[in-house]
Amino acid sequence: MSGRDPRPATSVPAVAASPVSDDELRELAGKQAALGEVRGAPAPDPVNEPMIRHWLAAMGDANPAYLDKGLAPPAMAQVWTMQAPRPGARDRSPVDDLLAALDAGGYTGVVATNCEQTYHRYARLGERLTPATRFTDLAGPKRTALGVGYFATWNVTWYGDGDEPVAEMLFRVLKFRPREGTREDRPPYPLQPAVNQDTAFFWEGAKSGELRIQTCADCGRLRHPPGALCPRCRSSRLTYTVASGLGTLYSYVVHHHPPVPGRETPFVVGVVELPEGVRIVGNVVDCPPGQVEIGMALRVTYRPMDDRLVLPMWAPEEP
Amino acid sequence: MTRTLTADEVEAGSELPELSIDLTPTVVVSTALATMDFTPVHHDRERARAQGSKDIFLNILTTMGLVERYVTDWAGPEAVIKGIDVKLGVPAYAGDCLSFTGTVVSCEAGRVTVEVRGKVSLGFHATCTVALTLPPAG
Repeated sequence: MSGRDPRPATSVPAVAASPVSDDELRELAGKQAALGEVRGAPAPDPVNEPMIRHWLAAMGDANPAYLDKGLAPPAMAQVWTMQAPRPGARDRSPVDDLLAALDAGGYTGVVATNCEQTYHRYARLGERLTPATRFTDLAGPKRTALGVGYFATWNVTWYGDGDEPVAEMLFRVLKFRPREGTREDRPPYPLQPAVNQDTAFFWEGAKSGELRIQTCADCGRLRHPPGALCPRCRSSRLTYTVASGLGTLYSYVVHHHPPVPGRETPFVVGVVELPEGVRIVGNVVDCPPGQVEIGMALRVTYRPMDDRLVLPMWAPEEP
Repeated sequence: MTRTLTADEVEAGSELPELSIDLTPTVVVSTALATMDFTPVHHDRERARAQGSKDIFLNILTTMGLVERYVTDWAGPEAVIKGIDVKLGVPAYAGDCLSFTGTVVSCEAGRVTVEVRGKVSLGFHATCTVALTLPPAG
């Protein structure tokens, strides 16, 4: 199990009724800790020069000692056993089940708080490290600045070819229940779109960073804005296509007056033509209104307006 | 960096030279990939923004690597890093600048402890204790 990242809390609404109670969480934590150290799969690659050279270059680390001596930088310990970016290939550790239970209990936010590494020796070129994970502690529920949550702590030891420990890590995360409302009590954006069964896919897409265009499941025609029937073949079978996110400005207006709640004037409302063949209305941002021009290349950008609403907007495409 | 400090050249209170790193998107992405961390928030700005982050941000494995680099840049190639403890603070977003400062807190029999702070515009990104050994004088 690798470390989690200190990503800010997602603004998922708190689970109304916790299907996993605090007692159940404590019981599961006890069980996972009682498992002791659970070995994971050995690293897919032995400690090797290309990955070390790549890492040193990315870090801007000019220390010649590692490659001169055939040793890996010690802070690379965790790198050797990171999971591949393919889903389904995960190697489960005792920590995964507990984190899943915390999610189910409504503690959906996660932020890493501590990473402590001890190096017994530097790993050598050619050796293959094997991780072993031990769940050590669940503390809480505690009130924190982010919300009520649990501190979960685990230890990973990396063993070398000779089966002796090469490096150890303590990792701690705070799993917390996102507050009702928001982190900053951000007020709801006053202009909410009408979300219904025909349009929900579009707004869900925006939240996950996808520009979804309604597509007829029968004839394949793309259309926007979404509707109930295909204007070409009248089919009611619908699906969607994820657009590339690129577009060109087809037309626009600069809105100066009257004032619009939740917005600062002037702002630009554009009609953007997508290479996929449809046009979409959206704000043009990150560009002074005076520099907006028809035909300019744009790229979609997703702007959170409040805790729930993300609007796709359009920014000049960087050359 | 060719010469390594020796134990007698370091004492409690010694300060490390500051190191500032511009966190360009290239730095954030190339370090995420070099550390084999493919979590989208470290390379995909739209996904990062959609979940409420300002931009893509540095992953923890990179924070560990940069702290190690900061200390060995100062100590030299013969220094041996024994441990790095990091308390994580605010995210280090692309477009920000990460500045490291460090102070030696103890030096006994060649074993040195350094406190390192990594600061970005939002505050402290990492508060660290690094243990290392230095060769003896001569």
